[in-house]
Amino acid sequence: MKTFLPLLCAISVVLMTKVSVAEDVQVAVAANFTKPMEKIAADFEKATGNKVVASFGATGKFVEQIKNGAPFQVLISADQKSPIKLEKEELAVVGTRYTYAIGKLVLWSATPGFVDDKGAVLKTSDFQHISIADPKVAPYGKAAMKVMTKMGVIDALTPKIVQGDSIAQAKAFVGSGNAELGFVALSQVIKDGKIGEGSGWIVSPDLYSPLYQDVVLLKTGENSEAARALVEYLRTEPAQAIIKSYGYELPKWATTDAKE
Amino acid sequence: MMLNDEDLGAILLTLKLASLVTAILLLVGTPIAWWLAHSGSRWKGIVGALVALPLVLPPAVLGFYLLVLMGPHGAVGQITKALGLGTLPFTFGGLVVASVIYSLPFVVQPLQNAFEAIGTRPLEVAATLRASPLDTFFTVVMPLARPGFLTASILGFAHTIGEFGVVLMVGGNIPDKTRVISMQIFNHVETGEYAQAHWLSAGMLVFSFAVLLLLYTLTPNPWRKR
Repeated sequence: MKTFLPLLCAISVVLMTKVSVAEDVQVAVAANFTKPMEKIAADFEKATGNKVVASFGATGKFVEQIKNGAPFQVLISADQKSPIKLEKEELAVVGTRYTYAIGKLVLWSATPGFVDDKGAVLKTSDFQHISIADPKVAPYGKAAMKVMTKMGVIDALTPKIVQGDSIAQAKAFVGSGNAELGFVALSQVIKDGKIGEGSGWIVSPDLYSPLYQDVVLLKTGENSEAARALVEYLRTEPAQAIIKSYGYELPKWATTDAKE
Repeated sequence: MMLNDEDLGAILLTLKLASLVTAILLLVGTPIAWWLAHSGSRWKGIVGALVALPLVLPPAVLGFYLLVLMGPHGAVGQITKALGLGTLPFTFGGLVVASVIYSLPFVVQPLQNAFEAIGTRPLEVAATLRASPLDTFFTVVMPLARPGFLTASILGFAHTIGEFGVVLMVGGNIPDKTRVISMQIFNHVETGEYAQAHWLSAGMLVFSFAVLLLLYTLTPNPWRKR
């Protein structure tokens, strides 16, 4: 044992210094951004040595959790409203917010050929259940409600609506076939630039308000270098390339001043 | 602020669900409990374990299997579809099925304990007096096992009222169909409507306490074998 003691000391010293250099970043991520975030987080970890600890869920739920002292340092939101609200309540750091992506809504079914490219299926009675994310907490759910309202089918469809607690569960309900179709995020069903499985209609953008998705540094992360770095990382070239590959539109600034 | 229409709808729905589930469980659970109390079969251990499973199984596991099995591609879903019933997830019927499974041990176990406590002696006596087995059950066993039935009903009812995890997985959060009280509390908390969450939660707290008080007053030792 005696001979091991110096070795143990050496190892613990190394470990301790390592811990003080690399940081964990606690980040709340809108469920629609799950897949790109997993890739971006891996790249970020490789580039900076900091670890990303991500929670995925509906944006509105995160806002409530943050108000109640959740330890998130960064919010990667599915809308603009929530980060602005947190700024106003002095829970987010003013001046750190920007749009990292513009989301797209898809009417999707796991069955090939079920959803046509104009969404006319919504006017039929070929289905029992249509799945959406809870509009009270999920911006994509709110957008889905807007689309159905604008198409004039909301009254006919209301009894058929089932709600997932986030866009992730909304998609799972469709994926398992329990709901014949549903409104999901393009990022959830895209593969190689087009809708991978089943059938879908990329909802015409004039049927809902654009899903500007903002990121913001939260007060809890104000003094964390790693948290600041992650917020900035989303607008670097590699991150924006990943975001684009998942079907998001990039904000205008990205084409002109993406930062390396 | 008081409860709104959606809250009242959730309360009514939950009471309806719990009453129906309790009634079904008494019908289904009694023969199972009787068999478990009196059978010498080697399957007894397996059946007993299956009945008790929902006590230890995470509701998420149960919810997941139900979603898959009762869905259009699952075995149960195929059958219900062939019968013209459609699929069960997102329906009140689906919640009834899920709750019956979820609350089964809370009804079967008190009944089994009650039946075991009665033993075979009263049955034999009744038989010598030429009572048919069915006659014996209704005139001898039922009155003797009354505290067991009471415990079983109260626990089954209360446990169904408190169900959350399974409903979250297979319910789809539909007002007046699958949005039960616990789901509604969850919704209120997640959207920051604490006043309404407080009303519903306080109601549940009072209700749960009243149920247990009733249970302990009517049956001195509900957890012990009689």
